[in-house]
Amino acid sequence: MTDALRGLGLRKLHPSVGDAALFGGLDLGATLAMGGVQSHAGLLAHHGALVLSMAERCPAGLAARLGQALDARPALSLVALDEAVEEGEGLPAGLADRLGLFLDLDGFAFADAAPIRLDTRAIAAARAGLSRVDTGAGLARLARVAAELGIASLRAPLLALACARAQAAWRGADVLSDADLRVAVTLCLAHRATQAPAEEEESADEAPPEPPQDQNPGEQDTQSTIEDLPEEMLVAAARAALPPGLLAQLQAARVARQAGAQNSGMGAARKSMRRGRPLPSRAGKPGAGARVDVIATLRQAAPFQKMRAEMFAHRPAGRLAILPSDLRIRRYQDRTDRVLIFVVDASGSAAVARLAEAKGAVELMLSEAYASRDHVALISFRGAFAELSLPPTRSLVQTKRRLAGLPGGGATPLASALDLGLATALRARRSGMAPTLALLTDGRGNIALDGRADRAQAAEDMGRLARAIAAAGLPGLVIDTSLRPKSQPRELAHAMGARLIALPRADARALSRTLGAALGG
Amino acid sequence: MTPFPFTAIVGQDEMKTAMILTAIDPKIGGVLVFGDRGTGKSTAVRALAALLPPIEAVQGCPCNSARLEDCPDWAGITESATVTRPTPVIDLPLGVTEDRVTGALDIERALTRGEKAFEAGLLARANRGYLYIDEVNLLEDHIVDLLLDVAQSGENVVERDGLSIRHPARFVLVGSGNPEEGELRPQLLDRFGLSVEVTSPGEIETRVEVIRRRDAYENDHARFMSEWTPQDAALRAQILAARAALPDVATPNVALHDCASVCLALGSDGLRGELTLLRAARALAAFAGDSAVSRAHIRDAAPMALRHRLRRDPLDEAGSGARVARQLAEVLP
Repeated sequence: MTDALRGLGLRKLHPSVGDAALFGGLDLGATLAMGGVQSHAGLLAHHGALVLSMAERCPAGLAARLGQALDARPALSLVALDEAVEEGEGLPAGLADRLGLFLDLDGFAFADAAPIRLDTRAIAAARAGLSRVDTGAGLARLARVAAELGIASLRAPLLALACARAQAAWRGADVLSDADLRVAVTLCLAHRATQAPAEEEESADEAPPEPPQDQNPGEQDTQSTIEDLPEEMLVAAARAALPPGLLAQLQAARVARQAGAQNSGMGAARKSMRRGRPLPSRAGKPGAGARVDVIATLRQAAPFQKMRAEMFAHRPAGRLAILPSDLRIRRYQDRTDRVLIFVVDASGSAAVARLAEAKGAVELMLSEAYASRDHVALISFRGAFAELSLPPTRSLVQTKRRLAGLPGGGATPLASALDLGLATALRARRSGMAPTLALLTDGRGNIALDGRADRAQAAEDMGRLARAIAAAGLPGLVIDTSLRPKSQPRELAHAMGARLIALPRADARALSRTLGAALGG
Repeated sequence: MTPFPFTAIVGQDEMKTAMILTAIDPKIGGVLVFGDRGTGKSTAVRALAALLPPIEAVQGCPCNSARLEDCPDWAGITESATVTRPTPVIDLPLGVTEDRVTGALDIERALTRGEKAFEAGLLARANRGYLYIDEVNLLEDHIVDLLLDVAQSGENVVERDGLSIRHPARFVLVGSGNPEEGELRPQLLDRFGLSVEVTSPGEIETRVEVIRRRDAYENDHARFMSEWTPQDAALRAQILAARAALPDVATPNVALHDCASVCLALGSDGLRGELTLLRAARALAAFAGDSAVSRAHIRDAAPMALRHRLRRDPLDEAGSGARVARQLAEVLP
């Protein structure tokens, strides 16, 4: 991939790139060594494409800057290599919205990829032909398809139009053909779809089309004008580009993306360079958010001044001689964000009233989290498996919606809930938050991890996962929601290394208070 | 490339009105635009900057002061020559450091020339203009605190690195964001004068028109601009006329009474609601060329001025816009 783009003058970007590297700035080391101001140009000043590797770890701040740069300079192009494997990861949505094309390389083996050769002369010719392309009715078609796929953003059809125009110019044509529009829909619109197109066709067994690699401009004979092309065909192109089962997961994926945008994925360092309680400064290079501690730097340099005055005799007298090794940077102790993961038993054995109480508690905690800026996540379990009803969020709007739609009844897949709770907590920890599990259950799990109704296997799975949670060092809390105290919740809490609180009859407010006390505020 | 013309933005009338009102009376205190991605929030802010008349500022002043005596003494400006600048619209990116916002010790000069100098930050550059924060709801808390402080006092005070610096920082705060990604703290919410909610246009024809104009703007720039520049100029003239007329707009007692009773019925906290509502209604009257604030102006301005000041009720499914509309119908028939 990157090989193919080499001809375009690529520059690589890392998610932890600092402002100085992006926008340019003072080259402190060189400045001190030379005794005069030396600055270096930033990556954004560079002409050509930028490649953002590990885009799934792109923090919101960087995404905002890149988004602004893309808005301000149309000539800038960005290739984001998103290696997200789990939901909850992914490029921040604000930036993803501004990127035009989307390629899913899942399932492509490296050996299968033919070497891509770029003919720079053909590209230049196509570029010159761009302005001659008449977009005509294609514009309205793309807008309609985007609306049909439930894409709210108006950037999407615009980007698709640009893609179709480029495709036509590449063919050397002056009019958009149906093939151009199909390519645009496949590359620009399909991955943004939030709803299945209205008419239900058999989509599962349609093979994805060959990725369009028009190496020979002008060879295609599809010169039929777009007037002949029904919108259904374009929508079908979008549908074919969607892997089977994707539409079903769309809702979840979208939510996960939103959560990802918020949680930057960067692992908020506990030793922060920018904020929090000051720590002693230490030697280091400023930049990437680290600030020079001027006083400490001077203090470090002071004892050597007499010696250095002789060393740097060519410099004007009375000037401090500071070497890069004298530089001290500031450090701060940063408090990480807390995330409360509620794992709520919505099975039939937990009475429906319990579910209502748990819902109330989560809502109350969230409005309290307003003040303490905690995140809240919600996992509910019933039937065969647990599901992440609400990824870590601070949003009241989402919580309300998600809670209102939480159903109850069915078997108790407690093992699956523990598994998902552990995964969610670890993911939150990776993105720099401090997770806490709050499990509301009567402890009577009867579904094994693989979804079978096998009480013995379920108990074994539960025990294993509970120990894994304890081993991960996750602070936890088990709230026994059964009507009479039973032994299972106690054993579970013991295995998890969690506190047990029996609440035979709690209202939401009492539950929230208890939680607050148990978690230390 | 010149920004997209303000008047060429399709629909989104409430957002456009709110922005025009802050241009007429900056004391209204900024606009918060909440809504989906790709609905023209950023486009509108940048278009507004191009629409506004340029300002006169002392040459070299880091905070765009109009007169020499307003320049902060640390800037060391002695010439009173002024230059014409476009109204500043400063972007505050997410993940910005405190230094960049408030300004800090100029490390370059400190280390190379041994001088203790102040390097002005974004707040200084936004003085007399606009400070635009995209995704304001994702802004880190310590930056929010900082902005709250400055937005209230109109002055930026820096006490760090052995520096003691102050300079004026009066700007119109424009924030945009998507409420699904996180809430804004009530304290910062209250600091915005007006708030509007934007949604993607639902009709195909509107969407097609948006794309057609944007496409023309990008690919047929000269002709597109020649078509819309006169309309932008007309709107600019209207804004300037409204600014001039603003001090003469009469505020009858009944208008004050209306403002107070709407706010009381809605139970908005504090008195900032009434004040903003009155200012917005007055700017609206000036924009419409009316000589006095009428009930119609108040009714039009109330949703933008009050929507974000209501106590949040987690169990109310309808948005706060609907609540304002409900109360308005009762209180101001």
